Amino acid sequence: MNSISITVNGVAKDFNRRTIFKDISFSLSSPGSMAITGKNGAGKSTLSKILAGLVSATRGSIAYSIDGRPMGIEEFKHHIGFVSPYLNLYDEFTAIENLKILSRIRTVSHTNDERIRDMLLLVGLWNRRDDIVGTFSSGMKQRLKYTFALLHTPPVLILDEPTSNLDDEGMEIVKHIMQEQLKSNILVIATNNREEAHGCTQQLHVGPLPHVGISSGG
Amino acid sequence: MWGSPPGVKRTVNFITSILAVVSKDVRSELRTRYAMNALLMFVVTSVATILFALRDDDVSTEVLSGMFWVVIFFTAMSGLSRIFISEEERGTTMTLQLVASPSVVYLGKLIFNAGLTLALSSAVTLLYLIAFPAFIIKSMEIFTITIFLGSLGFAAAATIIAAIIAKASTKGTLYPVLSFPILIPLLMTVMKSTARALDGELFTAALGEFQVLVSYLMIMVAGSYLLFDYVWKE
Repeated sequence: MNSISITVNGVAKDFNRRTIFKDISFSLSSPGSMAITGKNGAGKSTLSKILAGLVSATRGSIAYSIDGRPMGIEEFKHHIGFVSPYLNLYDEFTAIENLKILSRIRTVSHTNDERIRDMLLLVGLWNRRDDIVGTFSSGMKQRLKYTFALLHTPPVLILDEPTSNLDDEGMEIVKHIMQEQLKSNILVIATNNREEAHGCTQQLHVGPLPHVGISSGG
Repeated sequence: MWGSPPGVKRTVNFITSILAVVSKDVRSELRTRYAMNALLMFVVTSVATILFALRDDDVSTEVLSGMFWVVIFFTAMSGLSRIFISEEERGTTMTLQLVASPSVVYLGKLIFNAGLTLALSSAVTLLYLIAFPAFIIKSMEIFTITIFLGSLGFAAAATIIAAIIAKASTKGTLYPVLSFPILIPLLMTVMKSTARALDGELFTAALGEFQVLVSYLMIMVAGSYLLFDYVWKE
């Protein structure tokens, strides 16, 4: 089993001249989890995007390593699964086409048809695999995002608003995914849902300055 | 069995990934017709307008080659920007950022745009040959090389400009404004070279233009490759 670690050091983000957050520092090792909480507009989504390497931090640095070997974000991205309301799959392709096309671009060798089938069965979309994603409801699209995020069995899973648009069954599926991830990997969730946040070992509150802090949770 | 060295594997993965981006864009284009419809409509209407305006006038090869590239310029401007704008509008930019490195995305999009521009130039050539009796290609070598290098130059410039404006709020107006100054050297060169092809000049007469076109292409691709990382990330 690989030992993964993420070390965030003094990260800050400005949009135009407005500071969203600053001086964020923490470290996460596998197995470990963190809930990023805070008010709307506090920067939870931005911080999760920074962790996933999708947005650059204005100041500070993030170090990623696997088994003690430091890695650049472009290499480390192959070990990250990411789900967010801002992330969309291609509406013009079917569910299965989306997963195959994106796996091919990612060039992950162990993604095969069986894995795609298992993932689609897990989220309850196997029967809709040949339907165009544009015809999916928002909840179904959210479920498909989970298959995309988990397809390459990432050791780091970052979830921004993990249960948005999901029905009860969908929420149960996500709960199961999070529990599996917690066993040996890293889970980061950006949420305002207290129940989801309390399941994590660490909590980071991103709030209006200067109330930025880190605490241990249950 | 011996495995491939890591460097070779990385290169193979890099190329596979680029080709997968191109294949995705081709399939997406065939389904959505984001760029193709815009390009086709623009080519047909602009060639028809020029045809009505010139009628039976006896125009020089300089004017004809100028008109030829004007159609390609404006058509390319209306279609090539879609490559990044469509990703941005559909919210799939982040998805692509997650699965591919910036260099893979840039080279994939560049290849797609180059293919689209070459197809567009060929279509415009065909239409000109049918519509304008005075449009006779007397030096096929000069014309073919000009079309090839000119199209690649157009695609190289259009791809990076498209990536820049996809992040801007005034996408539509910004594209031609930003493109024109960057494309002036290319436009002047291809117009001159095309006029030489229509006049049936010797191949050696156009060597100077070819050197400019190759230099333009190399500078544009190298500059864009270095710049793309900053443009692509928010």
